Amino acid sequence: MQSSSHAAGGALPVPRLAGHFASLEVQNHAARLGMWLFLATEILLFAGLFICYGIYRFLFPEAWAAASRSLDLTLGTVNTVVLITSSLTAALAVHYAKDGKNKAVAVQLGLTLVMAVGFLVIKYFEYKHKFDIGTLPGRFYSYEDIQLPGVPLYFTVYFCATALHGIHVVIGMVVLSFSLVRALKKADFGPNNFTMVELGSMYWHLVDLVWIFLFPMLYLV
Amino acid sequence: MTPSSSIAAPGANPAPEEHHDHHPSYLVDGTTIKSWLLTVDHKRIGLMFLFWVLVFFLVGGIFALLIRVELLTPGPTIMDAMTYNRMFTLHGLVMIFLFMIPAIPAVFGNFMLPLMLGAKDVAFPRLNLLSFYIYLGGATLALWGMLNGGLDTGWTFYTPYSAHTTATVAPVLFGAFIIGFSSIVTGINFIVTVHTMRAPGITWFKMPLFVWAMYATSCIQVLATPVIGLLLVLVTVENLFGFGMFDPARGGDPVLFQHLFWFYSHPAVYIMVLPSFGVMSEIVSTFSRKNLFGYRAVAYSSLGIAFVGFFAWGHHMFVSGQSTFVGGLFGVLTMLVGVFTAIKVFNWVGTVYKGAVEFKTPFAYFCGFLFFTVFGGMTGIALGTVSLDVAWHDTYFVVAHFHFIMVGATIMAFLAALHYWFPKMFGRTYHEGWGLVSAALIILGFNATFIPQFLLGNNGMPRRYYEYPERFQALNVASTAGATLLAFGFIIIALYLTYALVYGKASGKNPWRSKGYEWMSESPPPTHNFVGPQPVFPEEPHFYVDPKKAEVPNAV
Amino acid sequence: MSELLNDILFLPEAASTFAERIDFLHHFVVGTTMVMSTAVGLAALFFFFRYRRRLPAQATEYVVPTLKTEFLFVSVPLVFFLAWFGIGFRDFTWLTTPPKDAMDVYVMGKQWMWKFSYPEGPNGVNVLHVPANRPVRLLITSRDVLHSFYVPSFRIKMDALPGRYTQIWFEATKPGTYQVLCTEYCGLSHSKMLAEVVVLPQEEYENWIQEQRRGLLQDRQDALADNSMVPPVARMVEQGQILAGTQGCLKCHSVDGSQHIGPTFLGMYDRVEKLEDGQTIRVDEAYITQSMMDPGAHLVAGYQNVMPTYQGKLQGPETAAIVEYIKSLRTPNVREGASEGPAYDAIQ
Repeated sequence: MQSSSHAAGGALPVPRLAGHFASLEVQNHAARLGMWLFLATEILLFAGLFICYGIYRFLFPEAWAAASRSLDLTLGTVNTVVLITSSLTAALAVHYAKDGKNKAVAVQLGLTLVMAVGFLVIKYFEYKHKFDIGTLPGRFYSYEDIQLPGVPLYFTVYFCATALHGIHVVIGMVVLSFSLVRALKKADFGPNNFTMVELGSMYWHLVDLVWIFLFPMLYLV
Repeated sequence: MTPSSSIAAPGANPAPEEHHDHHPSYLVDGTTIKSWLLTVDHKRIGLMFLFWVLVFFLVGGIFALLIRVELLTPGPTIMDAMTYNRMFTLHGLVMIFLFMIPAIPAVFGNFMLPLMLGAKDVAFPRLNLLSFYIYLGGATLALWGMLNGGLDTGWTFYTPYSAHTTATVAPVLFGAFIIGFSSIVTGINFIVTVHTMRAPGITWFKMPLFVWAMYATSCIQVLATPVIGLLLVLVTVENLFGFGMFDPARGGDPVLFQHLFWFYSHPAVYIMVLPSFGVMSEIVSTFSRKNLFGYRAVAYSSLGIAFVGFFAWGHHMFVSGQSTFVGGLFGVLTMLVGVFTAIKVFNWVGTVYKGAVEFKTPFAYFCGFLFFTVFGGMTGIALGTVSLDVAWHDTYFVVAHFHFIMVGATIMAFLAALHYWFPKMFGRTYHEGWGLVSAALIILGFNATFIPQFLLGNNGMPRRYYEYPERFQALNVASTAGATLLAFGFIIIALYLTYALVYGKASGKNPWRSKGYEWMSESPPPTHNFVGPQPVFPEEPHFYVDPKKAEVPNAV
Repeated sequence: MSELLNDILFLPEAASTFAERIDFLHHFVVGTTMVMSTAVGLAALFFFFRYRRRLPAQATEYVVPTLKTEFLFVSVPLVFFLAWFGIGFRDFTWLTTPPKDAMDVYVMGKQWMWKFSYPEGPNGVNVLHVPANRPVRLLITSRDVLHSFYVPSFRIKMDALPGRYTQIWFEATKPGTYQVLCTEYCGLSHSKMLAEVVVLPQEEYENWIQEQRRGLLQDRQDALADNSMVPPVARMVEQGQILAGTQGCLKCHSVDGSQHIGPTFLGMYDRVEKLEDGQTIRVDEAYITQSMMDPGAHLVAGYQNVMPTYQGKLQGPETAAIVEYIKSLRTPNVREGASEGPAYDAIQ
């Protein structure tokens, strides 16, 4: 089945229909379903770390509370706001893509990427501070100010969780930049062709969702 | 059929790949290396997986034989302790991650799923190819690690030992992590395929049972694999950088490691066995020429195993120091999983009732499979009765139990599938006599290898023992003798199947006269499986009723 | 009959009360498995023959199970499985609930040996002496990686975890010597980590204990121990002494009996100390280790809670070395009067 791009009047750009799908609708549905399944795997990936967090918090409640105090709540809150806003811009990008407004798509995705960079920059400062005071995971730990068993473990969990999250932020940025480039160069997003933006945005929402869990768990204990 | 022609040289076999309607079979549609390496055809990808899966099976099998030779004597035989510890670790890792998990899904799932659903390919063909290369990449890294210092922790790499051992942990575990992505991608592909690409008329309850099994397996793959992925990364950084997530010296908990590990690894065994159940449902229907006895029961039980299998992991940890209550909880849940398997066994036997049995090689494997599933499954139930496991945990009883399922059930099914679908994949037949002989050898060799191991476990021999007290020697020698027989059987299969690939007779489209959906296409199929629009399958799969006979009762 | 079955199944002789209990379940389960496998096998074989194919493209009936049949397929196995679970779990709870009058023995697994110590008795390496017909509770821990304490003849097994105690109990029924095997892979000499349990009749055991108490406080090296991989105790003591200096222990703990910020090391080991909350505790390896990791947990009465935690700063072997050093500072003044045992709760 070939999809014609010769519509009467203004030709709407249409994506290529892969030969093995029954229709474009099925193809898009399949893509979305695939992405939802992939998001499920990502949630389970983080779930393992959340379990570690939960168990050790239960075992060392005082250490958890004390160590959490040593995190910079301001920076953490700023990061949260930044990331949530970037989710908004990502969602807007999908909205504009559905309307075929490619320039707006590019703008929104660009904003999302800028905010992602901002998030990473703030994270860099947080990490640097930890390097300086010695609250590093495992055998690199050398912080003396809190004398409770379990504090080094808190920082191990902190680093593992935020590092894994940071890696996913970078992956999300790469995914979104593909859409950004396409919005700028080919500019062919439209009502029949926005799946790429939608899937990238879904992934970004997951990245944001994970942080929404990490933030209270780590900073608001 | 090719008419006998004076032009053909005497004894020459007609090439089955060429069809007279100018739709070349997938095997010859593109003959360059590039057309294979960059293919997006699920059938070619399936074959590439087949090749590598068999290579890794050979590697794992060689490790196994070396282990068995070492265990011929109570003391050192052919290697030192460190080498032996590496050997059983690698045997486990290679067999599980490089062979068992991909074998039936990536080879036969890939090949058959679209054919069984009347689709032209899986949902994401390029992702399918990516899955293959991820698998190879991860396998390369892991094997490189094995050759450069080799892991010695056992395939279960429990902490704290795996965090402190000086053997190379990082490349091997990271290689396994990469392979996990291959598993996830394949799972996503299959789930989406089943949801979106069924031909019109194939409702959920008209799908072949192999598809149901693959669907359930894919669900497990998608949900369970990320957890082991995370754990592999955590242990790797713990080994490399001393992070201490599971190190009691830093406040960590080694039992937490075990929970996370088995949360994946128990469902993983169902990834390994569910596809084999699906294969057997197909084979018993074809060779009894009968509908499957309780189609819905078997379909639901696949989902049931997948679901309940997620809640039974603690039965690997009865003596780990977890509480008694938790032990009891996991014990009950383990029993429930056993019931689902029992349902399948009864329904398979019920399928033969009032059937028309043709005892061909695939059916011979079914016989072995049946015995091994009942025996292996029930020893699993025995292990799940918490008190008996106290004595059996980490002894050869457990080793025998899981080999009964993994080799006795899954590898029987793999071989059965290979023989059953050999004509479909290659358009050729193999020598039936050799098929039966090697099936018998394998079944006998398998029994001779692993029944002594049940007895060894009863007698008290622990796993992963390089040296053992002398009283265990007789049974070990018996087991090694059996292993040799088993290896012999595999070698014979390799020989006649390779011969059949080159010189086998043309099989024709449907040599088993099966009414499974995959046999509606040509053997071997053309690149796009079907020419023209999606096929319509008028009846449910494996419907062997004489059309002139009266009505058919509603299926349960 | 049971003996015969045990022989066929290669089960070692049942030498504990638990073994006798579960061997019944073992026979039940194995027997049913055999019967079921044979039954399924025979049914299948019968069907293969009776319903063999007579024509190449023979048509067959469309047979479906009735709801009743499927219900049978589900319920019969389920009943059996749950019955087995019931019996098995009952026995398991029996196993994990030591009787109140059980005699305690501390077991420590380390690469690659087992060390035993009695609250009122000697320490042993790779040989455990117990009286027959008396419940014995084992409190098991590990010094380094996971091990597992397994006695096939008793049918008991329990993992040894570093940083924690696990427990299991048994009552030996027949005097004799029974092998102990390590059943959790622990490295190079995992398969050489063997030990033995020597079960003595009651009076012989009493005599043995008396003999041990008469001035034999040192470890008994045994022929079974493969000590080639383990640093001898003397070197551990030296290492511990060095660590006590470099880690700052000696800033607060004296070694000559004088009062200081923390309790003195001299004669500390095996002393019965009074805690802040009124409980008493015996200063053994576990308590010393706990004090290094979580000093505030059990504070000796009269001292301030100022000791820093060493968790994450000391590796397992290092804490062991410090413990050995403290043990080496024992004086003959220790252990006047009966020991009262440690203040531990059973691990559930």
